[in-house]
Amino acid sequence: MNKIWLLMMLLGTAALLVVNPSVTVTSMIDASSSALELCLSLCAVYAVWLGILEILEQSGLSAKLAKLISPLIKKLFPHANLEVQKDIAINLSANMLGLGNAATPYGIKAMRGLDDGSGVANTSMIMLMIINACSIQLIPTTTIGLRAAAGSSSPADIILPTLIATITACLTGIGLGLICNKIYSKIKQKRSKN
Amino acid sequence: MSVYIVPIFIILLLLYASYKNLNTYNIFINGAKGAIDLVVSIFPYIVAIMISVALMRTSGLTDLLTKAVSPVFNFLGIPSEVCELVLLRPFTGSGSFALLNDIFAKYGADSYISRCACVIMGSSETVFYVATVYFSGTKVKKLLYAIPCALIASLVAAIVSCLLCKVM
Repeated sequence: MNKIWLLMMLLGTAALLVVNPSVTVTSMIDASSSALELCLSLCAVYAVWLGILEILEQSGLSAKLAKLISPLIKKLFPHANLEVQKDIAINLSANMLGLGNAATPYGIKAMRGLDDGSGVANTSMIMLMIINACSIQLIPTTTIGLRAAAGSSSPADIILPTLIATITACLTGIGLGLICNKIYSKIKQKRSKN
Repeated sequence: MSVYIVPIFIILLLLYASYKNLNTYNIFINGAKGAIDLVVSIFPYIVAIMISVALMRTSGLTDLLTKAVSPVFNFLGIPSEVCELVLLRPFTGSGSFALLNDIFAKYGADSYISRCACVIMGSSETVFYVATVYFSGTKVKKLLYAIPCALIASLVAAIVSCLLCKVM
């Protein structure tokens, strides 16, 4: 992330220096204020979902949910303890329901629980990120809404192809993640032997 | 159908909680309390990513990049018209929805291009945003192969999307 960010900042600023140097700072501040707006609306959304999902947790339902999908969680996230497994269970189910904003706080919580403080992401953390970045979306509500607003005659006819494409993305992501896990742990083993 | 899922879930949850004799009001407050801390902790990460994306876009570099990669994308079956969307999607959610609207206006909401764009939007996520926000609050500096895997998966999804829109 460090490298990508540095590269984008350097290239962007350098190109603006040539094209239109006067807008450099204003465009940065514009972006920052839209980040602030985004955070304000996120705060509202998170408050609602963190409140409701806290009830889910206290009622013991999230533990039950975690137990239900624990074979899958243990396979994909070997570093997760019981507490983290609950967070992951909520994160994954919220994602599937298309409640990305409800999923995020629990994803962040789970990520903090998985952190071993070594500064390098472990395989479980990477898997959690990949699954969230390629999560299965059952119904793409926002897209359908926009399409209907643009005057489409059958805005919902993208549901089926979207479902197939999103499942493909998720499976590809998990597959790639598992392959990279294997390669990475082999390299690590070799290094520790030498 | 999806309209009913969430309200029903909330009703069932509240009924179950009251059956278990829980003080739902207090628990809700306790949970909601966490929202401000959480947002404060992710704010700098969101600013950082949005600034870098804004610089890339206003400087016109994204347009150049789009032109540069569109032959490769064409080869993979992704039409040039949606290339910018595929490139922008990993960085910004609001930006790519704006672009989607532009595509609707330009090509019509029922055209092949628009359908492709919709399926690409629905089957991909803001990868870089997820990466920054999810790792906020951890000590992780090295993400190893996480971002490349997610990006490749999104690209595969984009290729599949364009293919599916041709046949479905």
